[in-house]
Amino acid sequence: MGKQNMDKSKTNSRVIMAQAERESAQLEPTRRAFLRGSAAGIGAVAAMGATGGAAMAAGNPENLPPNVPEWSKMLGDSVTAEPYGIPSQYEKNVHRRTVPWLTPTGESSISFTPIQDLHGIITPNGLHFERHHGGFPHIPKEDFRLIVHGMVKNERMFTLQDLMRFPQVSRIHFVECPANSGAEWRGAQMDKLQFTHGMVSCCEWTGVKVSTLMEELGVKPGAKWVLAEGADAAGMSRSIPIEKLGDDCILAYAQNGEMLRPEQGYPLRLIVPGFEGNMNVKWIRRLEFGDQPWHHREETSKYTDTMYNGKSRRFTWSMDTKSVITSPCPEYPMLGKGYHQIRGLAWTGAGKIKGVDISVDGGKNWMPARLEGPVFNKALTRFVFDWEWNGQEVLLQSRAYDETGYVQPTIDQLREIRGTWSIYHNNSIHTWLVQKSGEVLNVQVSGK
Amino acid sequence: MYKFPVSKFALGLALGGFLITSQAFAGDEMKYGFGVKPSDEEIAGWDIDIRPDGKGLPEGSGTYDEGEALFAEHCAACHGDFADGGGGRYPPLVGGTPGELSQAVRPGQPHKTIGSYWPYASTVFDYIKRAMPFGNAQSLTNDEVYAITGWLLAENDLHDSDEPMNAEALKKVVMPNVDGFFDDPRPDVKNPHCMKDCFKTVEIKSKATLGVTPTGEDALR
Repeated sequence: MGKQNMDKSKTNSRVIMAQAERESAQLEPTRRAFLRGSAAGIGAVAAMGATGGAAMAAGNPENLPPNVPEWSKMLGDSVTAEPYGIPSQYEKNVHRRTVPWLTPTGESSISFTPIQDLHGIITPNGLHFERHHGGFPHIPKEDFRLIVHGMVKNERMFTLQDLMRFPQVSRIHFVECPANSGAEWRGAQMDKLQFTHGMVSCCEWTGVKVSTLMEELGVKPGAKWVLAEGADAAGMSRSIPIEKLGDDCILAYAQNGEMLRPEQGYPLRLIVPGFEGNMNVKWIRRLEFGDQPWHHREETSKYTDTMYNGKSRRFTWSMDTKSVITSPCPEYPMLGKGYHQIRGLAWTGAGKIKGVDISVDGGKNWMPARLEGPVFNKALTRFVFDWEWNGQEVLLQSRAYDETGYVQPTIDQLREIRGTWSIYHNNSIHTWLVQKSGEVLNVQVSGK
Repeated sequence: MYKFPVSKFALGLALGGFLITSQAFAGDEMKYGFGVKPSDEEIAGWDIDIRPDGKGLPEGSGTYDEGEALFAEHCAACHGDFADGGGGRYPPLVGGTPGELSQAVRPGQPHKTIGSYWPYASTVFDYIKRAMPFGNAQSLTNDEVYAITGWLLAENDLHDSDEPMNAEALKKVVMPNVDGFFDDPRPDVKNPHCMKDCFKTVEIKSKATLGVTPTGEDALR
């Protein structure tokens, strides 16, 4: 594709995004007005359920039985109308979003995965959350090099083609920014699921295990740490213990079957399963083996957790066990009394999710949910719970536990030990207040 | 200097990981032979990292006055003329003390700067060299990075402004918060797996009704 066409397609996608946002901006107040404005409250919501849902579901009568819609009469698009397929035009509202006030620039910022709109455990490539510290580069694959040096017997420089010749592995793992839910440390703040929990995604990552390279190059005695460094304008660098690298880390060139997206590290990134997202260095250009950690900016000034007494935790790598209910949620409120399948996501850096419990009374009592679909090591895991809603106000929670026996904590328990100055590693039980109107609000509760 | 926390992770490694390190990864012969041996020059062009013990510090030197001028030219637009953040949204680099990191002492916001928070001076050089100025990274010479590093440390009263900053001077700087960090003690919270009558009362403490969540086009940059 020529540069002009690329620019054009970029412009088009911006126009589409803007259009989608305008549409949603128009839709949302209407839905809210409908929910709030209904004098009968619960009755109106129940009626919505009975007639098949919100105004969106009413549709155009000309396309509904007994009429035959246009698309049943006219030919559709030809096979290559979209050489690289795109989502339905009716799903334009499903996209990443950011919170502009979180960061001074868009190049060093975050975008959130719309987990409220996703099903299954795999995050589509175009929806994987983004965290860049110096914008995302576009690196031609022929200009890519990875240098592995320092305390190895054979220092080596690889092209992408070289790396793709090594034995290949594919693993499904979540990547979570440790700042996910970070805005909630001091109190309930964001009023949408996408912003409370959207810094987590899960993909199939394909590449070469770092252990394969370590065996190939020979690690010198005394090597304990490896500096992983990106080729982006932030030169992202993290010290990683050699045991973790040799255990399950992957130098990945593919994501969900296709080569990495530029914003996910094209052409090569590190996957450090279960560890904080920042360590999964994108656009990786260098692995240096050494005997000490480097204490770089992103592991001292940032990605450390200051406790109540002013002392700070460092090397807080592992992502603790966490879960959240994705249906219902603020974006998708209850549609009526009666049956509702509560759905959600659980994950842990400790290994596999063992189970998830549901509470409808703010944590007084719990009932086991069912894990649905595959349960993989350090991967998003889905849970469901068949529920009858009586139309009353409910404090809805999920609580995950993992194969080590660790149980997801309350925000009170975390604050008691850590204070409220942490930014990272908030894995607390999340509470949705389901109101009589069916609307769902992010709240924080305290139980005694 | 750094010891692994005693955790399941570390124990597992002690049993399995170190064996792998010493045996399976110890070969001199390459099995596949893919790639090439990089030249010293190729490595040197990318090997820019600095460690707290000074490993990686290049030759070069810069004065306080040079640092002040360079900071005004390359950095002050974001960080402020006095490197105090300029009242904007970019990080302040000067001021504060480790004592002010305690929530009991300072209930509002922790005052995290190079002087109050960063444990090692080497990180200042490393970060400026690799990532600053924002939007023009890896453009400064080593002399320039030393000058800016020296100026910032002097403004934090951690370096004598009459002395040039260089590798030897940087290695001597002891940061006030060097003992302010400890290794990850997690799992730190034990939530019992209670199923029934876990609480007598539950109270809503806060609601997300602040109106700070972006909507529509506000959620795109």
